[in-house]
Amino acid sequence: MAEDLKLMRTWSSPYALRVVHALKIKGLEYETVLEDMTKKSASLLEYNPVHKKVPVLLHNGRPVCESLVILEYIDDVWKQPPLLPQDPNEKAMARFWANFGDDKVMPLTWRVFTSEGKDQEEAIGPMMENLKFLEEQLKGKSFFGGEAIGYTDIAFGWMGNLISILEEIIDLKLVDEEKFPLLSVWINKFSDDPVIKECWPPRDKMVEKFKVIRERYLKQAP
Amino acid sequence: MGGVKVLGLNSSFPCVRVLWALKLKGVNYEIVEENLLNKSPLLLQMNPIHKKVPVLIHKDKPIVESLLILEYIDEVWKTTYPLMPEDPYDCSMARFWAKFVDEKVVVTAFEAMKSEGEGKEVAIVAAKETLELLEKQIEGKKFFGGDEIGYLDLVVGWICLWLPAIEQVGGMKLLDSSTFPLLYQWTQCFVHIPAIHECLPPREKAVDYFQTGLNYLRSLDASKK
Repeated sequence: MAEDLKLMRTWSSPYALRVVHALKIKGLEYETVLEDMTKKSASLLEYNPVHKKVPVLLHNGRPVCESLVILEYIDDVWKQPPLLPQDPNEKAMARFWANFGDDKVMPLTWRVFTSEGKDQEEAIGPMMENLKFLEEQLKGKSFFGGEAIGYTDIAFGWMGNLISILEEIIDLKLVDEEKFPLLSVWINKFSDDPVIKECWPPRDKMVEKFKVIRERYLKQAP
Repeated sequence: MGGVKVLGLNSSFPCVRVLWALKLKGVNYEIVEENLLNKSPLLLQMNPIHKKVPVLIHKDKPIVESLLILEYIDEVWKTTYPLMPEDPYDCSMARFWAKFVDEKVVVTAFEAMKSEGEGKEVAIVAAKETLELLEKQIEGKKFFGGDEIGYLDLVVGWICLWLPAIEQVGGMKLLDSSTFPLLYQWTQCFVHIPAIHECLPPREKAVDYFQTGLNYLRSLDASKK
């Protein structure tokens, strides 16, 4: 019996893409509800009144919000293939690295992307320091999850397409193959994985969108 | 199951969350008191990335971040006192609200504590808005976990002692019993549970902890000017 699954998302949100990836890996069918963040629907405000954001997963009409919470929910309900490791210590580590991505890597990458000149130079150092930790984590593994894509890989999935898009726009290498060989390989492997590949939003649209975002930030800068 | 150590200090509520969980599960542990102004080599070794407490050391392996430690404890010591709900949807709700507590309730309370002048009033309103949402969550329930305390109660637990300490240091009132009767009632029930009560530091220690932190932040701001 098909599950009653709906995913409220935007076409480009990297957080929503995490859920898309997870649902695909689990082989789950769902209906997409596209949202416009400039004109939030009554449904979105009803199902996520606290944050008013996407993604929201509706399962049998009940909303689950926050992408990492949604990933865990999906993994708890549909057990195969597993996204999180079984061992409690490894599970804690998988969660830790996902949090690290959201708390450190993403904001620092964003700072580099939305700045220029001296501000950008100052942001690059901390970003690189944090990428070193990721590089370390990939030693001896194909994916953060081991031999197969797992929770942490999906959490970092935004790097799979967004890094090269941001690099193209700012004309700066963020993940250099020489400095971060394992991370570079991971980005390509994740990005090209047959299950993941079909889910990427159109690249030209993404470049256009993020160019506009960068310009807006640079205009606002003091 | 191997010796359990907690690197932390009992004036820090993320650390006390961990102690509460271990106490409820009946797990023996040793606290290794940390001085956050002079972090031990062990802390820097066990949490090299964030260099923060709490750290749980179990079978010589570190687990960091209080919310992750709570889930780890629940998964390892499965048979006594379950902390997470059984149902996956209830679990997702608990995790959602736990994130909300740490990312919004705690942060806005600190902002209100630190703010001065006009900004303070704005910050106080923002903090109270987050407490309103928690008030709604406890409606119709004795505890966030239901009839017994669970994971989310341990996460919210800081409001029973540390929030009053923050209020004192910040010279403000956030959680008053007339505006938030249910949340206030919850604190009274929570604090009387023996396992919870045993791990509470003296209120002055919590006040001191936040006052020291605030003085430090203000001295940093002053040196930047």
